This record gives sequence, C-alpha cells and structure tokens, in this order.
Amino acid sequence: MSMLTYLLLIGAGLFCIGLYIVLVKRNAIQVLIGIELILNAAILNLVAFGKYDKLYNGGQTFALFAIVLAGAASAVALAIILNVYKQYKTIDPNAVDQLKD
Amino acid sequence: MSIEQVVFFVLGFVVLASALTVAASKNLVRSIFMFFVTLFALAGLYVFALADFVAITQIVIYVGGVLVLMLFAFMLTNKEVLNNLQKSDGRFISFRKLPALLVSALFLLILVNVIIKARPDSLAWIQASAQNANVIQATDNMVPNIGVGLMTRYLLPFEAVSIFLMMALIGAAHLARKEEHKF
Repeated sequence: MSMLTYLLLIGAGLFCIGLYIVLVKRNAIQVLIGIELILNAAILNLVAFGKYDKLYNGGQTFALFAIVLAGAASAVALAIILNVYKQYKTIDPNAVDQLKD
Repeated sequence: MSIEQVVFFVLGFVVLASALTVAASKNLVRSIFMFFVTLFALAGLYVFALADFVAITQIVIYVGGVLVLMLFAFMLTNKEVLNNLQKSDGRFISFRKLPALLVSALFLLILVNVIIKARPDSLAWIQASAQNANVIQATDNMVPNIGVGLMTRYLLPFEAVSIFLMMALIGAAHLARKEEHKF
C-alpha cells in the first residue's frame, strides 16, 4: 500500500469521527466542529489525489476553494448560533424546535 | 522503515487520536483545542502529500480564523448552560449514543472496504500520470503553477467562490446585527 491509500484511509476515519460527533453532540459548536472534520476529510482526499496532477494542480486548487468555503460556512454558522442563543438561551440543537412566531 | 514514513504515521495517528478525543471530550474548551491539534497534524499530512501551499492556507484560515471564531462563539454563549448540558451521562458508550456509534462504525467499514477494493494505486489515470511523469515530486515548487492556474484555468470557480464569500459575509453581518425593528 502506498501513501495514497493510507491518506484515503485516514480521510475515511476522520469522516466517520466527524459523523459521530455530528450525531451525538448536544452542543451546536461541537456539531460545527464535527462538520469541519468532515470537510477536512474531503480536503484530505482532494490533496491526496492532487499529487497526481502536476500539470493543472486540480486537486490542490479545489482544496483551496474547499477551505475557503468551509471558513465562510463556519462564519455564517456561528452567527446563527449566536442568534439561537439570544432567542432560546441555549445552543442545544434538540431544544431549537420553533419557527418564527 | 524510513524516517519519513515514521513521521507520516505519527501524524496520521495524531490526526485520528485527537479527533477521537474531540469526540470523547465532555469539556467544550478541551474539544476546541484538540480540534486545533487535529488541524495542525492535518496540515502536516498535506505537506506529505506535497501540497505545501494548501498546508499553509489550512493553518492561516483554520487556525487563524475558524478557531478564533469558535472561541468567540463559546465565550459569547453562556458557560453554565453548557456545563449543565453536558452532565447527562459520563460514559463514552451509552444507550443514547449507540445508534450514532453504529452508523459511523458501519460507514467506516463500508468506506475502508471500498478504498481497499478500489486499490487506488492501480487506478488507470494514476498509472497514466505516473507514466507521463505527471506526479508532483518533492523538489517541485507548485506555488507559481497554482497562482497561474487560479487566474487562467480555474478563473470561473475562483470568481464564483469570491461571490459566494461576499454573500456569506453579508449574510453573517445581517444575521449578527442587533434587531431594532421587527418585521
């Protein structure tokens, strides 16, 4: 097995740990951390395959895009978490069960 | 086993172990800082995949931006609420967590099976790129190539990402503003 396979396996493990965190945690910030772990597993796969594209650097370029998108997503998610906290005084996703009015 | 392989496996172990600690930890601050360790070790793995620019971007954006945002959100939401929330059960494996554990373990089984069965080293396009010397070597400098690519071949996704980023910025500012008048 080469480094590519090991990187893919590490990415798979990271994805599943992220999935577990998203399903189990009762705190919106930790759920967000789980989502970031999943995104990082995807970026790891992009980078691992990007090694075999020296001409166009497709994998690395799209890994950069994915990092930017993850940053934007987490900024919006944290703004939403702060609003939810203002409304409900808790950030447990299970407690957030009402639409506006 | 060469020294590079040892460092590679140590980094991979640190990634998985710190991610597991994030999953197991009851303390929110501890899990945020273990997430920090995960991101650093992942940047090390990107260097091993010969993507040094992506590794630096990872450190700058994640460690410099996302993590600070998370700490801010943690400090702005109340601490006592979080502590009460986490006291429900102390064990790592409990009845409530069993379905999630089952789902993620089975998903891991499927993914590992797929990766091993697919044998990524013998994929056709990877063999072809190895034959055409299209594989990045450790001595190559890929940063100029990425810069030129962003302005030529990947210009459309680059612009789309920039528009998306502006939308996210405006949306976050709109969400976080003080609500003075109700609609």
